[in-house]
Order: sequence, then C-alpha cells, then structure tokens
Amino acid sequence: MSAEALSRGNWLGRGFATLGLGHANLNLVLGGAIILGWALIAVFAPWIAPYDPIAHNLPEKLLGPGLSHPLGTDNFGRDILSRVIYGARIDLQMGILGVLFPFLIGTTLGAVAGYAGGWVDILLMRILDVVLAFPFLVLMLAIIAILQPGLTSFYIALALVGWVSYARLVRAQVLVLKTSDFVLAARSLGFGRLRILFRHILPNCIAGSIVFSMSDVVLVVLAGSSISYLGLGVQPPTAEWGVMIAEGQNFITTAWWITTFPGLAIVLMAFGFSLLADGLAERFGLRQP
Amino acid sequence: MTAAAPLLQVRDLEVRFRAGGIDLPGLNVPGFGARYVNAVNRVSLSVAPGETIGIVGESGCGKSTLGRAILGLVETQGGEVRFAGDPVAPRDRTSIARLRARAAMIFQDPYASLNPKLDIGEAIAEVLRVHGKAAPDAIAARVAELLRLVGLSPELARRKPHQLSGGQCQRVGIARALAIEPSLIIADECVAALDVSIQAQILNLLMELQRRMSLSLVFISHDLGVVRHLCRRVAVMYLGRIVEIGLTEDVFAAPRHPYTRALLAAVPDIDPDRALAPAQLRGEPPSPLDLPAGCPFHPRCPHAQEICARGVVPELRRTGDIRVACHFDLPPMTQQGEDP
Repeated sequence: MSAEALSRGNWLGRGFATLGLGHANLNLVLGGAIILGWALIAVFAPWIAPYDPIAHNLPEKLLGPGLSHPLGTDNFGRDILSRVIYGARIDLQMGILGVLFPFLIGTTLGAVAGYAGGWVDILLMRILDVVLAFPFLVLMLAIIAILQPGLTSFYIALALVGWVSYARLVRAQVLVLKTSDFVLAARSLGFGRLRILFRHILPNCIAGSIVFSMSDVVLVVLAGSSISYLGLGVQPPTAEWGVMIAEGQNFITTAWWITTFPGLAIVLMAFGFSLLADGLAERFGLRQP
Repeated sequence: MTAAAPLLQVRDLEVRFRAGGIDLPGLNVPGFGARYVNAVNRVSLSVAPGETIGIVGESGCGKSTLGRAILGLVETQGGEVRFAGDPVAPRDRTSIARLRARAAMIFQDPYASLNPKLDIGEAIAEVLRVHGKAAPDAIAARVAELLRLVGLSPELARRKPHQLSGGQCQRVGIARALAIEPSLIIADECVAALDVSIQAQILNLLMELQRRMSLSLVFISHDLGVVRHLCRRVAVMYLGRIVEIGLTEDVFAAPRHPYTRALLAAVPDIDPDRALAPAQLRGEPPSPLDLPAGCPFHPRCPHAQEICARGVVPELRRTGDIRVACHFDLPPMTQQGEDP
C-alpha cells in the first residue's frame, strides 16, 4: 500500500473517529438520522406537502391510501400525508422547547440546591417533593386548564412540572462533585463560588441530564399529543399528530388511516430520540455499549 | 529560629468533624447526641518566610486536615490562623480571599485535582485571570512560561488531564499553584501517588522553585525520608496533636518523643542484611472518637507509666532544641530501633 493511500486511510479513520463512528455507535447514527430527517421534513414542509393541510375538500373525504392521496384523506377531505408533514413542525417544536425550559430551570435549581446546601437545598427539595407528589399528566392538565388551552400554556405547564427530574439528577451529581479534589483545588485557588459551580462542577455533571433530556423528549411529545388529544393543547384545525388521532377516532373502524399514520409518526420520532439517548449515553461513557 | 516575623502563624487550631449522632442543642440522651472527631486538636505552628516545614504522621493523624484548615477549606472550631500578620477568619470572605491570593496548595492525587473537562492551558490561564496576574493578551505567554518553569513543554497546553501522565499532571498542579505567585505553598502528600523516580523529579523541582522564589513550604507527608531530605524543620503529629517539633536534623538525630522514635525505627533500611527492627508500636492508634484519657499515645507507648493514663494531656515543652509533648525526659536513643 502506498504511503499516500495509507495517510488517506488514516484521515478517513480520524474523520470517522471524531464523528463517533470509530466505535460503530449505531444508535447515535441511526437516531441522529431519524431526527435529522424529521427536522428536514419540518423545515421544508410547504415544499414537500402535496396538499394544503387545513383546507377542506369534501368531495374527496375519507379516501383510503391510494395514488392521489398516498396516506388517504380524513372526514374533511384533507390529505393525511400533508397533515403528518405539517404536524412534524408542531411536534418537533413541542419536543425541543418542551424539554429545553425544564432542562435549563431544573439544571440550574438542582445545581444551586446541591452546592449551596442548607436551607436553600431543603426549600427547593421540598418544593420538588410537592410537584412530584402529583401524577405528571394530572398536574399538567390542571395547570393548562387554569391558564387557557393552547401550546403556550403547555410549555408553561411543562416548565413548572418537568424541571424536577433534572433538578434531582443534577443535584445528586453536584453533591458528589462538590467534595471532589478538583473542586477543593479550585477553592484553594481562590475561585468564586459561581465560577466553581457553573464552570467546574456543572460541565462535569451535565452529561446525564443531556441523555435524560433525549428520552424526555419522547415523553414530552407523547404528553403533548395526549393533551392535544384531550383538547387542551394544540387546537384544531392545526395539523398536529395528537389532534389528528383525536379527530380520527370516530372513524377508526371505517377509516383506520386517519389515526394510524399520525400514530406511526409519533412512534418513529420517539424511536429516533430514544436511539439518540442510548447513543449519547454510550458516547459519554454513562453506560456500557 | 530566624528572627524574621513568621509568614504563617497557627495558634491552637481546632477542627472537629461530626461523626454521626443527632446534633440537637440540649439533647443529652447517651448514645444519641452528636459525636465529634477532633481531627486537629489545638495545633500551633509558625512558618518563617522561605522556610520549609514537614508535617509527618500516620494516616488519619490530621495532617491533611491541618493543611486544609490553614487555607480555610474546612471549617475550624477554634484557634487562629495569621498570614503575614493579618488574622484569617473563616467567616470573613475577604480575609480568606487575601490568603488564597498568596498561598496555594498542591494535592495528593494529580489527576483528581484537575478539572477533567478543561485543558491544561485553560486550567492555568483561569488562575491568572481570576487573580489578575496577567493582561488578557499576555496570558498565553505567561501560561507557556509557567509550563516551562515546571519542566513541561508549552505544547501540552492543549491537552486534557487524562492525556498526561501522573508526574506531568502534578507538574501542572505546581504550575497552577505558582500562577498566583504565592509566598506559601502547602503540599499535601504531593508525591505519594507517584512512582519513585517521578517522586524524585517532583521533589527536586519543588526544592529548586522553593529556593529560587524563596517560598515557604509546608510539606505534608508520611514519608520520613522525603521530609528529612526536603525540610528544615519537622513536626510530628499523632491523633490531631503535634507531639514533637524541631529542626529536622535534631529530631532525626535524637528524637525525644516515643512516638517519633517508633516512627523512625519503622523506616525500612535499604541494607537487606540488617534485620528490620522489631516493631515498637503495639496495636492500632485508638479510635479518634474515643480518645484515651491522659496522653493519647499511652496505650501504645513502651514507656507509659501511671501518670500518662491519669494525668492531663502533656503540653509541648522545650527540651534542648526540640519541643516535645511527653511527661518524661527519655534518655537518648543509642541506635535506631534499640531503645533502652
């Protein structure tokens, strides 16, 4: 083998290694591909979707999957494929924003509680216990009902309820790390408390939360769909997978495609995020491959 | 002793840790109240500018806690630390900050004392930024200078700790301590985790830097050979107290306290033909939770008499050039390991 080919091989190997493919991290690649696919579909929805997702077309109502409508139409004659494609916009946004706010709030509060200790810790942990005492969906429904049904209320409710998991996760890690040698060393060098917490402790305990957030996206998408299904989330006629399933349930025996395809879309997106979570856990060394 | 005013003065320092039990005021049920370990028990010490002092003792004797207490890293329950004449109060953040701007610590585990997420250059640069030791555009040059000073290539600045060897990490630890331009360094078992050949390199580096920068060095170690090599004075600790303190050559030539004698006798000889001296110490050190009355060393002491078990804890008193915490003036040892 010539030296040139060898070095090119090395270059390829390095490229693969930096991408994490050196260890054939199939979960990460596959999950990433699925989510990337959904993201592209969401971004380019107006160009991909063959029909308007909202406009009624009653002459073509309740058509089964066929050539003109690959996934069929619903009881208003709307194209299911187009609605699933547009739905990706809402559901992906729901998954990402619905996890981002709890992640930021929970991580910060958990880190502060763990590092400060004392009454700050006690207070935050008791609030956390109160939130945890209620079933997740019940509390969500109550908060959304008090505010007003809609996506904004959904995010607010999630931020109020969802932070507890992150807070507990991060607090436990911070408690371990705050007595570690490198934190002691940082203190001995006269670093301030905020610097130690946010620059030294947090970066070393955030991996677990990131992995958890990926699987949390799955829960949030499912919760969002459930809440839309119950009529408290995204309002019809917006194309959202949970709404679509709710609207199609009256026709489940005669037109199975109205509920089945958005259901499959939810499963596929959840699958992608789950794979991503597994892959990241492997990547961060939190779990044996 | 030099006439110069001491740089570091520790007086009657006490550190207690709670070891189980319930900490309720007024709770007097036996077995339920909080129990405490006196990790550091009324320790007094002074370090002159440019002086090296060794602190030796068994594991758990409180020597590391003493080092941490001096820098305010653990809470103290009594006593006083003065640095360059100014009192350092644990609750007064500015006094602690002043201290930590001029005193640094080197830790035992070179890997664990570096943030695994930060590269070496950043770990040092952060110290420079926090203490304002270099202008923003001069930081990279100063980091390279510090790395060269401790014998590392400046190219290592982009490496993460896990990409370095233990010896290299310890050099980074030293570079980081030097970054604050300290007048005092507390080295806590800083070579114990390293290979013997690397130990020698690090020790030589420390000695050279200490001389060149006229640093004061508090060298905490269980390795008597290293302390003898490195330190002008030595303090021997047992169960949180200093039992003997003096110039290294005096203490090693004619130890007065029976514990120091036992420690010195236990140092293995390199000569394989010489039999190891019979162990002088019986048993384990007593539980620090349940210290014996009187002299804490008396259950293990070959010279113990009635007064040791009953009487008060012996205070440090001067005999010759050494100060020792023992009731008796024991006759000098004739030879290592042979005690009359």
